[in-house]
Amino acid sequence: MKKIVVENLKYKYPLTDKLALDGVSFEVNEGEFIGIIGQNLAGKSTLCQSLVGLVPHFYRGAYGGKVLIDGKEVLKSDISELALKVGMVFQNPFTQVTGAKLTVYEEIAFGLENMGLSRNEMIDRIDYALSLLDIYKYKDRNPFDLSGGQMQRMAIAGIIAMKPEIIVLDEPTSQLDPQGSEEVFKAIQALSHEGMTVIMVEHKIEKIARYSDRVMLMHQGKIIDFDTPKKVFSRGDLKEYGVLAPAFTRICRAFDIKDEEGFYPVTLDEAYDAVVKING
Amino acid sequence: MGRIEVKDLHFSYNKGEEILKGINLSFDKESTAIIGQNGAGKTTFVKLLKGLLKPDTGDILILGKNTKETTAAELAKYVGLVFQNPNDQIFKNKVLDEVMFGPLNIGQDHEEAEENSIKALEMVGCKDIYNKNPYDLSLSERKLISIASIIAMKPEIIIFDEPTIAQDYVRREKIKAIIKNLTENGKLVLTIIHDMDFVAESFERVIVFQNGKVLMDGHTKEVYSHADILNSAYLEPPHITQLCNKLGYKDTFLTVEEFIESKQSLRQK
Ligand SMILES: Nc1ncnc2c1ncn2[C@@H]1O[C@H](COP(=O)(O)OP(=O)(O)OP(=O)(O)O)[C@@H](O)[C@H]1O
Ligand SMILES: Nc1ncnc2c1ncn2[C@@H]1O[C@H](COP(=O)(O)OP(=O)(O)OP(=O)(O)O)[C@@H](O)[C@H]1O
Ligand SMILES: [Mg+2]
Ligand SMILES: [Mg+2]
Repeated sequence: MKKIVVENLKYKYPLTDKLALDGVSFEVNEGEFIGIIGQNLAGKSTLCQSLVGLVPHFYRGAYGGKVLIDGKEVLKSDISELALKVGMVFQNPFTQVTGAKLTVYEEIAFGLENMGLSRNEMIDRIDYALSLLDIYKYKDRNPFDLSGGQMQRMAIAGIIAMKPEIIVLDEPTSQLDPQGSEEVFKAIQALSHEGMTVIMVEHKIEKIARYSDRVMLMHQGKIIDFDTPKKVFSRGDLKEYGVLAPAFTRICRAFDIKDEEGFYPVTLDEAYDAVVKING
Repeated sequence: MGRIEVKDLHFSYNKGEEILKGINLSFDKESTAIIGQNGAGKTTFVKLLKGLLKPDTGDILILGKNTKETTAAELAKYVGLVFQNPNDQIFKNKVLDEVMFGPLNIGQDHEEAEENSIKALEMVGCKDIYNKNPYDLSLSERKLISIASIIAMKPEIIIFDEPTIAQDYVRREKIKAIIKNLTENGKLVLTIIHDMDFVAESFERVIVFQNGKVLMDGHTKEVYSHADILNSAYLEPPHITQLCNKLGYKDTFLTVEEFIESKQSLRQK
């Protein structure tokens, strides 16, 4: 089933003269894990905001085309209704903290308050999300006393606890330690296997290559490519879009190591297998 | 004696929960990366170096001055810190005013401050937005503005707390060049960062923090050759090093370029 359908979306922020999104069209199936890449200012965050309705409902501006979430048009829905279906983790976790709550625990509970959940269900979900992000031990701490990475973990936990059907993550692991980001990618992939649709923007290209079902390459408000990681990262012109291929792909390209279909390996395991095969 | 001397440093925010548990370090010239698990105490440590926090026990000497006996305002002339979250640093309505604030504050005259600020903005590639309001900028741009603000003050010691957050490949290369340039000009550069490939490509020395202590301290190649210790600290070797480890190579390669060069020269023989 098509979970997200975007048709010729064009968008311009108020008081600007350039389209931030310039004729964007694509479809995403339920349970897919989509990675979005592209250089700074390509339009990645703007596209994310258009899926949760902040574009155009909050930012206003000039809007054309259509975004359908589960067949329902974003332009004609209100944000609070959409929020139950589509959860978003913002690029800067500091801006996501409500400032209204005294503890990490209350901060996570806040998002669940208007969902009509039973008390037990709420407690279960909060405990699950806090443990998943490995911050249960900080549940009584003031959110502003957390380290940067701990705060980012809290922002992710808050959205996961809401169990949205679609989760949009805008550079969610930029402040996580290496194993922490690996764990978050694994956890999000597990959720996608359970049916959650995932849209994730990241500059961590090796992780995008490893965990995405499909990769969307954006540039100047347009979609340049939207295909499997192997196909996208085997392109010879990535640098023109300000993107560096995964380390493993760069090595295999230098030695011309391709698979049967003519694509370069994009993950550690693929590169390892390819090298071993050649060396016999 | 190094430009920074840290002796048996202990620190806690709240009684009963010690965050830094006896740190001894010396820094002089080498560009240094500080890596470690979330919550290990990295940001707390550099706030202590800048004198924004004071040790519970132990001492920090910055160019011979004990931070306990020196005001943060005095230390600001020698130590610049680019905050992890640019929003903690930025508060003016115009980019140029924002960058000039620090230089003016430590006593540069208007002309000098403006010149240094424009140079710094040029260095981070943000000169053309000097007239914009920082609040209208993206996170990646705000981070670059906060870097320029510190560079314009020309401190002898510059500390970056996660400079590459939100930066794309091109801007990551730019930050790499800035760190190299500052080091070549005799500055001491310390950088907290989670990007292991960036560390391998940019720094001479790596310090691993774990749970308020220093777990490893050495040359970059040496530190990254200990995959097991890194794993125990929630870290990992750079991607290329991971591949070489998996293939069973004995040498530790730190960058893709280094690896490709070495293998290509082998083939040619
Ligand atoms: N709130 C805003 N007001 C005006 N223009 C904006 C706003 N947010 C983004 N833009 C502009 O929209 C375009 C796309 O920006 P966007 O933030 O979506 O890019 P991005 O790909 O997420 O970049 P980054 O990698 O830096 O996060 C840019 O030209 C940017 O300057
Ligand atoms: N103001 C504060 N009050 C109480 N505890 C704090 C405060 N600031 C930080 N902490 C705690 O101190 C510990 C160290 O935090 P610090 O910010 O130094 O970590 P870090 O190594 O920089 O982590 P990260 O990689 O996530 O940025 C964390 O457990 C954090 O929750
Ligand atoms: Mg963005
Ligand atoms: Mg920190």
